Amino acid sequence: MNPGSPTEGPLLRIEQLHKSFGDHEVLKGVSLSVAKGEVIAIVGASGSGKSTLLRCVNVLEIPTSGRMYFGGREIDYHRLTQSRAGARELAELRASVGMVFQSYNLWPHRTVLENVTEAPIHVKGVPRADAIAEAESLLESIGLSDKRNEYPARLSGGQQQRVAIVRALAMKPEIMLFDEVTSALDPELVGEVLDLMTVLASQDMTMLVVTHEMGFARHVSHRVIFVHEGEFAEEAPARDFFTSPNHPATRQFLGRILRDDQVERHDVH
Amino acid sequence: MDGIFEYLMSFAAYVPGYAGAFVIAIEVAAVTIVISWMCGLVGVLAKLSRYRVLRYPAEFYIWFIRGTPQLVQVFLVYFGLPQVGLNLDPFVAGALALGVGSGAYVAEIFRSGLLAIPKGQPESAHALGMNNALTFRRVIFPQMIRIVVPALTNEAINTLKNTSLLSTITIMELTLYTQAVIAATFRPFEFYVIVSVLYLLITTVLTQFAKWYERRYALYL
Ligand SMILES: Nc1ncnc2c1ncn2[C@@H]1O[C@H](COP(=O)(O)OP(=O)(O)O)[C@@H](O)[C@H]1O
Ligand SMILES: [Mg+2]
Repeated sequence: MNPGSPTEGPLLRIEQLHKSFGDHEVLKGVSLSVAKGEVIAIVGASGSGKSTLLRCVNVLEIPTSGRMYFGGREIDYHRLTQSRAGARELAELRASVGMVFQSYNLWPHRTVLENVTEAPIHVKGVPRADAIAEAESLLESIGLSDKRNEYPARLSGGQQQRVAIVRALAMKPEIMLFDEVTSALDPELVGEVLDLMTVLASQDMTMLVVTHEMGFARHVSHRVIFVHEGEFAEEAPARDFFTSPNHPATRQFLGRILRDDQVERHDVH
Repeated sequence: MDGIFEYLMSFAAYVPGYAGAFVIAIEVAAVTIVISWMCGLVGVLAKLSRYRVLRYPAEFYIWFIRGTPQLVQVFLVYFGLPQVGLNLDPFVAGALALGVGSGAYVAEIFRSGLLAIPKGQPESAHALGMNNALTFRRVIFPQMIRIVVPALTNEAINTLKNTSLLSTITIMELTLYTQAVIAATFRPFEFYVIVSVLYLLITTVLTQFAKWYERRYALYL
């Protein structure tokens, strides 16, 4: 493996990734290459393995087999999780891979500002004053400066999720993973979160977005992957995915989800 | 009128004695509580550990303490240990026995607090690069404490009441002092009422604290 120039070639490359929980094989050898600045929407039925895929990328799950390269370097799962030197590398990898969850997972005992500064200060060793300045400018950019000293419980779901996104961005990640980040939100709050993600995409953030928001998949992502029973049943540029799906399961999935008129309702302009 | 005044004045002689006994009860309770928190924290971490060498002793500890009377535990430490060459001062023996005893309950309180924290809390910390130690210290532990303060206060109240058991090992706390006064005055009713009021004073303050705390932190948890 040539560690020379990590900017050439894909930012993230996954080869033949398998993941089983006991006898249950959840990912059945998936491969994926993600270029810098690319936005990939990952869609599929519940239980098809989408979250597991994202969680393997930042080592919240350890794949059963397969290889993964990030920035040109192979991720050695065994080393990262078993050795002391690996622990530091794991922290570095996770700092470079931001993740946002369906249930926001903000820390309720810390203020909005503290949620955002916590990891930069304690993981990256950023001086407190710098971390606060950075957090304030991030909160400013999402219009939540006035909430900096509030506790998360005082914020709406949409506001909490936007803070969670900003909390991940404060680590200056190279890629962002979104796992159904709008699924827990009241419908009227979905737009503000999708808008923020759209802004990130337009700023060339590399993004893997597990979503049921077909408007976002169609208009913001570059590529759509349809996961079916642990395999990539279909993978196509966004414009083709919706107009000419090949796999019968894709057509069925699209038929079901588009019948709910989701494309129109949450269209991103 | 004179009679009532004289009656009340007859208690005045015992005020300094009660003050001293009150302080001793508080002191031994305070030391006991600190020991119980340390035992509880070590106990719960051992019990939830993935290593059997830690888990089994922790389970034995909790099983033993919960299955035996606290008075027997106090006797075991104070009268039993000298036989194997460990002579402890009554205060030390008492605080140790009560503290280790209460620690098993504190461990269970901590455990229920930990189980109440959603899985997403440590997960988002890990996703940001925080290791297990940092995650425990900055994310898990502070939330656990907030959840368990009411139960912990309750256990502190139990500890305070249990200091009366130490009257049996010559510690001049509230109960033993009261017994001494009664032996001299033959007025058990009045002095057991007085000592009850003194216990109630402390336990009520603790109960009110727990209520205030719950109200305050219910706001954002
Ligand atoms: N930690 C786990 N232990 C056992 N089974 C799991 C675990 N995580 C996920 N699974 C199973 O793996 C399958 C895929 O889950 P997931 O990746 O969450 O799917 P999706 O995100 O597409 O809904 C499901 O059947 C789920 O029950
Ligand atoms: Mg999922």
